[in-house]
Amino acid sequence: MIRVVLPPHLRTLAHVQGEIELEIRGPVTQRSVLDALEASYPMLRGAIRDHVTHQRRAFLRFFACSEDLSHELPDAPLPEAVATGAEPFLVVGAIAGG
Amino acid sequence: MSGVRLLVGTRKGAFVLTSDGKRQRWDVSGPHFAGWEIYHMKGSPADPNRLYASQTSGWFGQVIERSSDGGKTWETPGGGVTAAPGGMPAGESNKFVYDASPETGKPLTTHQWYDGTQKPWVFKRVWHLEPSLDDPDTVYAGVEDAALFRSSDGAQTWQELPGLRGHGTGPSWQPGAGGMCLHTILLDPSHPDRIFVAISAAGAFRTDDAGKTWKPINRGLNSQYIPDPTAEVGHCVHRIAMHRSRPNVLFMQKHWDVLRTDDAGEEWREISGNLPTDFGFVIDVHAHEPDTVYVLPIKSDSEHYVPDGKLRVYRSRTGGNEWEALTKGLPQKDCYVNVLRDAMCVDSLDPCGVYFGTTGGQVYGSADAGDGWDPIVRDLPAVLSVEVQTLP
Repeated sequence: MIRVVLPPHLRTLAHVQGEIELEIRGPVTQRSVLDALEASYPMLRGAIRDHVTHQRRAFLRFFACSEDLSHELPDAPLPEAVATGAEPFLVVGAIAGG
Repeated sequence: MSGVRLLVGTRKGAFVLTSDGKRQRWDVSGPHFAGWEIYHMKGSPADPNRLYASQTSGWFGQVIERSSDGGKTWETPGGGVTAAPGGMPAGESNKFVYDASPETGKPLTTHQWYDGTQKPWVFKRVWHLEPSLDDPDTVYAGVEDAALFRSSDGAQTWQELPGLRGHGTGPSWQPGAGGMCLHTILLDPSHPDRIFVAISAAGAFRTDDAGKTWKPINRGLNSQYIPDPTAEVGHCVHRIAMHRSRPNVLFMQKHWDVLRTDDAGEEWREISGNLPTDFGFVIDVHAHEPDTVYVLPIKSDSEHYVPDGKLRVYRSRTGGNEWEALTKGLPQKDCYVNVLRDAMCVDSLDPCGVYFGTTGGQVYGSADAGDGWDPIVRDLPAVLSVEVQTLP
């Protein structure tokens, strides 16, 4: 079971509280996690990555295990701790304000 | 007794304000979609319970929200939670993809950027939603980068009307300070295939065949900020208004200048007359008097607030040129707010109600056609848009 943590606005949009748990068959990668997330929560399509190009939105980052994975290839395996559910996959919004 | 419902979009959420026909006491509901920019909300003329909202964010992009109960509950069309993954997910209500197919008219792929270079069209947000006059499931969206989209399934899916971008002048369209946005959509009640749109900074356009082909309608506009002040396109039109009984007569608030056409845009003439400044964003027409027009002058394009610290609506009862200041109930000192292009509207009660919202978070209303004003709410986030529904 993969654990995903969304920023507050996306939790509101998806009507969820706390972490999301996803079942993923096959390799656990950014792409497979986001595919599963969008399949279960279609209202998130376009909010994390572009509808067509699937590029990550500029002000979002992907963190896990205290690492910034945003620039990893979409099909690169995520850390084992994410794949086993020991650690969550974090979708993080950039800080703004002053 | 009939009533009114105000749909207020702000920088940090949506608010729904309701009142009975007296329009003296108001209930405030919200914030809906808290923390998101709500560029525009509008109700269907064919079904007042059907509302559409453009919810947008620099982080998370575009979301379209829809209500079927007058704003009590909302949904992302086609985007509900699915019990079991499988197949292609729905949730395409925020999928605005420019039409690039050669079959539909060679849509342009670039427009002019601030520095004069050409840039590809990139979708950013929906500025304006205009529901069909007779079908609650049909709605038009004016977007940035400027284009017109249409949905006929209640905003679940969108298709571009590519003839607008593809008619030939696109490479000379350029963004205004707020971006290159299609912000005004007027549907002609007497001519179902006729639509007027306005784009900053390209100008006004009209189709007479339901969006297949378009023509610029900017003759008579004079804009000193472009190399050729009377060019066919490139004008920063801020807003156009129409009275439904006389759809060939349009009133325009341009970047500078207030104008009027009597022939559906073939020729415009200036009607700024005695206005203290003819810069501004909003313009609207009285619900029962087609020659009574409202504007709200803003000091200048470099000082986006009302002149002299006085918040004044100006009304012409002669179709332009002669304007009177409406000040009763509005602050007349130390006021430095702006009123954005989608933030004024009129109801269809008698007497006609007039409403506007400010960047300072106030929404003002007049239940007597502008003679007197009261603040309905004073402390909302900056107001982006105000629409009103007159309820049975």
